[in-house]
Amino acid sequence: MKPLLSVDRLVTEFGRGADALRVIDGVSFYVAAGETYALLGESGSGKSITALSLMRLLPDGGHIAAGSVHLGEQDVLALPERDMRSVRGGGMAMIFQEPMLALNPVVKVGTQIVEVLVLHQRLAGPAAWDAARGLLDSVGVPDAARRLESYPFELSGGLRQRVMIAMALAGRPKLLIADEPTTALDVTIQAQVLDVLRRLRTEQQMGMLLITHDLGVVAENADRVGVMYAGELVEEGARDAFFAAPQHPYSRMLFEALPRPGDGGRLTTIPGQVPGFDQTQRGCRFAPRCPFAIARCRTESPDWQTLDGQRVRCHLAAGLPARSEREMTAHAKSGEITQPLLQVDGLKVHFPVRRGFFQRTVGHVRAVDEVSLSIRAGRTLALVGESGCGKTTVGKALLRLIEPTAGTIALGGETILADNVAMLRRQAQMVFQDPFSSLNPRMRVADILLEGMDALGVGAARDRREAMTQLLRQVGLPEDAGGRYPHAFSGGQRQRIAIARALAVSPRLVICDEPTSALDVSVQAQILNLLKDLQDSLGLAYLFITHNLAVVDYLAHDVAVMYLGRIVEQGAAADVLRAPRHPYTQALVSAVPRIETQTGHTIIRLPGDQPSPLNPPVGCHFHPRCTHASEACRLAYPEQTDLGNGHWARCHWVAGQLS
Amino acid sequence: MSVMPVILWTDALIFALLASVLVLVWLIRRQEHLRAPWRAVAQRPMAMGAALVLSVFVVTGLLDSLHYREKLPDSPADRPHYSVEVLSVFDKLVGDLRTRQEKTYSAPLAMQLYAKEFVQRDGVTVREYPRLKFGGAHLQTEAERIPDIARRSLTGLVQGLAVSLLLFGLLAAWQAHRSHMSSGQWLVAWRAGRLDWPARTVVLIVSVLLMLGGMLLNLAAAYHVFGTDKVGQDVLYISLKSIRTGLVIGTLTTLVTLPLAIGFGIAAGYFRGWVDDVIQYVYTVLNSIPGVLLIAAAVLIVQVYIESNPDLFDTAAARADIRLLALCLIMGVTSWTGLARLLRGESLKLRTLDYVEAARAFGVSHARIIGRHIFPNLFHLVLIAIVLDFSGLVLAEAVLSYVGVGVDPSMHSWGNMINGSRLELAREPVVWWQLGAAFAFMFTLVLAANLFADGVRDAFDPRQGGRR
Repeated sequence: MKPLLSVDRLVTEFGRGADALRVIDGVSFYVAAGETYALLGESGSGKSITALSLMRLLPDGGHIAAGSVHLGEQDVLALPERDMRSVRGGGMAMIFQEPMLALNPVVKVGTQIVEVLVLHQRLAGPAAWDAARGLLDSVGVPDAARRLESYPFELSGGLRQRVMIAMALAGRPKLLIADEPTTALDVTIQAQVLDVLRRLRTEQQMGMLLITHDLGVVAENADRVGVMYAGELVEEGARDAFFAAPQHPYSRMLFEALPRPGDGGRLTTIPGQVPGFDQTQRGCRFAPRCPFAIARCRTESPDWQTLDGQRVRCHLAAGLPARSEREMTAHAKSGEITQPLLQVDGLKVHFPVRRGFFQRTVGHVRAVDEVSLSIRAGRTLALVGESGCGKTTVGKALLRLIEPTAGTIALGGETILADNVAMLRRQAQMVFQDPFSSLNPRMRVADILLEGMDALGVGAARDRREAMTQLLRQVGLPEDAGGRYPHAFSGGQRQRIAIARALAVSPRLVICDEPTSALDVSVQAQILNLLKDLQDSLGLAYLFITHNLAVVDYLAHDVAVMYLGRIVEQGAAADVLRAPRHPYTQALVSAVPRIETQTGHTIIRLPGDQPSPLNPPVGCHFHPRCTHASEACRLAYPEQTDLGNGHWARCHWVAGQLS
Repeated sequence: MSVMPVILWTDALIFALLASVLVLVWLIRRQEHLRAPWRAVAQRPMAMGAALVLSVFVVTGLLDSLHYREKLPDSPADRPHYSVEVLSVFDKLVGDLRTRQEKTYSAPLAMQLYAKEFVQRDGVTVREYPRLKFGGAHLQTEAERIPDIARRSLTGLVQGLAVSLLLFGLLAAWQAHRSHMSSGQWLVAWRAGRLDWPARTVVLIVSVLLMLGGMLLNLAAAYHVFGTDKVGQDVLYISLKSIRTGLVIGTLTTLVTLPLAIGFGIAAGYFRGWVDDVIQYVYTVLNSIPGVLLIAAAVLIVQVYIESNPDLFDTAAARADIRLLALCLIMGVTSWTGLARLLRGESLKLRTLDYVEAARAFGVSHARIIGRHIFPNLFHLVLIAIVLDFSGLVLAEAVLSYVGVGVDPSMHSWGNMINGSRLELAREPVVWWQLGAAFAFMFTLVLAANLFADGVRDAFDPRQGGRR
């Protein structure tokens, strides 16, 4: 059977002549109707450019230098631009990563969908609006008729992404290209959107090209997988075979770099980073980072080999050692119960909402409401929740970057008041999410590291240079890094600098606000290992704010789950993640896409979205989305239910089960 | 002949500005992230060409800012008396261009006056175009004029070409020596444009400027190249003198604007709250008062002040100068709002960035956060605004002088030139050269400044090449 899409030795270049950068180098694959082909790769591997090349929507300066793309019988690259317009949307459609940027904010959702219908299905008037409503229904948008009249900003992220999908489907495409369709979404919403995509593919017999960096998403959705590295496809195979035995060293290391539930050993890291396209490459592109590389790898680019139905480009494909099983060591749990280092009681952060000419306060956004936490020295508490639940606000309020409305913060037994904030800042520091915005591009690394020491007067001025070199060594950066500017470093290295900056004042508590979410899997492993090593050697306590449950499992001793400004469940990591009791935690844990195919693993689908913290539901905040909600849940916020061993949840349902 | 140096207010400020620019250049040279975009500017042919043209204007303006008073020849040695006329080094350099005054209007390169007059010739009174005292005085008949002009222009061109060839030879030898290749190799690289700076454009612009200069020098020695004005002054001389006025307005006004804009803009954006409210109200109010009204009022106040304190300003030049300074001040006070608004918006964005939060987490003081985190990240905006505002201010001066609230009428400026030629446009045939000369000079300066500003803006634009 002729495949739906076949790509043959596609080469995409940026620039012309001798200086041209080969961003895609000889990529060939096919997608059959009704199947999902996943392109997997880290950032900079060229997967998005591949998709844009197929659509012929390359940014300025890019052009397709060689190869062919066939959609059915049609040679896409040979079409004139006029006919190409009907292929885009009609033949293949694309879903982008950021739905807010892909929808026009000043045009109603309905009008945007109808626009596509008019163009590709020649519908007009009420017929088009009916079709648009049908499309929104099919992607699972509740109350579709009303949503057609909404503007994009009135919709939540998950709904926007569904509207995007509806628009993509409006042209009845034969192929759907989804470029990181769920990366910007929370796990529970991600599960909803992926469900929709899977269902539509089966119903409409579409081909789907899924572009992602997330192995979990691939495992749950793809039929076949292609791994891209530095502009080349390095391995390709059916999903089950690929996940059972990846053949290319790069794919293997990707797996090993991933934190998995239940292991506390060191993660395998891939040294270095994806090479830039300006470096001319001889031989295998992965050779500089490959632990198995032999002399031949550096001179000769490997050809495709077929191994048990999997295709792989590696000289050593058949002869690689069997996959090393990572030792499943548990956390070295310190047995003695020490005094808590940080004790937070009844922390509240309310932002006033002002309206009108006189800016009167008309209400409060309860970003954080009655949060109590405690962290012991040398331990990690993970604060887990979806975006908008107030977890970052907790972190900032602890450091008094945002002034808390109420509550007490005690550090090392001393209550922090407004007059001893300096003591707080000596003992607690923060590592931010985005290493690109957390370092001042106009300051040298040395100045960045010295800033905290200077401001807080740590050590004698003449010793600070020495301390700085020590810090750089501690986080694994070269000693001459101090003289350079942040832009000379990669994302992972920048995050190391940010960690070193926090450590410069020798704090006892480090608040890590999603420190790895902006990084690739292989780099994430480096940073997680570093954080763990630092905890072991310096006895640091971490408050680890994240939405990535796999990372929590790897790093945290205790977990607190937040929903809408309140902690709904807290306890030891193993208890909360293995045996979650609160319905929200259960849904969260089950929604994480997993690599291991699990039998009997049913994903709990949460309907709807997280409500606004300006106007939280009466009673238990979670009850509108909860499948176990009863009358009691609508009336009162549940009290803490103790489940033993420091594990507790706030849920009427759980309380009812116990009594 | 001994002289007494005179330092007018604007002179002092101009040289202070020059010194601070030099310090800034020195600072920028040491900071890699600041130097890189400037290096990119230096690699743009258009920007470099514009910079060369600008530098001609700047040098003229600077020479015109070195003022002095000559000693009167018959004053006693122990108590010297000085002339009331304030001259500049530039006046000295152009020689008798300043003093060769005709009776009234004459067309460019003419040898006769513009208007017919009754002249006594051989005892008979005839009505004819009288000969000029200086313009074409060496000629016998009208027929000789065109060939003479052609000859002088050609001589100037050839001289300019010769000098530029000589300079080019020296440059080639020096550059070849520096980069260790033969002069031939360097020439090949130059012609192919393979050097790391836009050498072809620079050489071309310098040669054109030299040839133009040669032509002007040769012609101006015997003619009024741009004609003469109502009182018979050489228009070329007036236009050249106006350069200083234009530059002073452009630069000193910016100097007044910058501290206001940077201070208020960053304070409003960084501190927010009531500080932001107050500053926003101030500039909204200031913006809603017509600028011309404020300027007219301020100029009037200064005029009254000068007239009631004649002992403070001993020369006409000092009086005109203080009025110019007042104009710069009031234009600066009315024009900081745009940049302040821009900087406020940018500071609002910057203060939420993680590195500012990180600094706050260390308890770094506000002054230090602004100094180390906010200001350096706004600096490119300030630079772009300076260069862009400059040309606007030069044009604004022309408009204000035309309206009559600009610089002192005795001061040479393009605005005054335009104002002076306004009424003569109705004459037949038209007196166009005053307006034309002002237009040509202003156009060249503003075009060069704008092209240079474009180059600067592109080099600092993070979207172009991600140099930041």
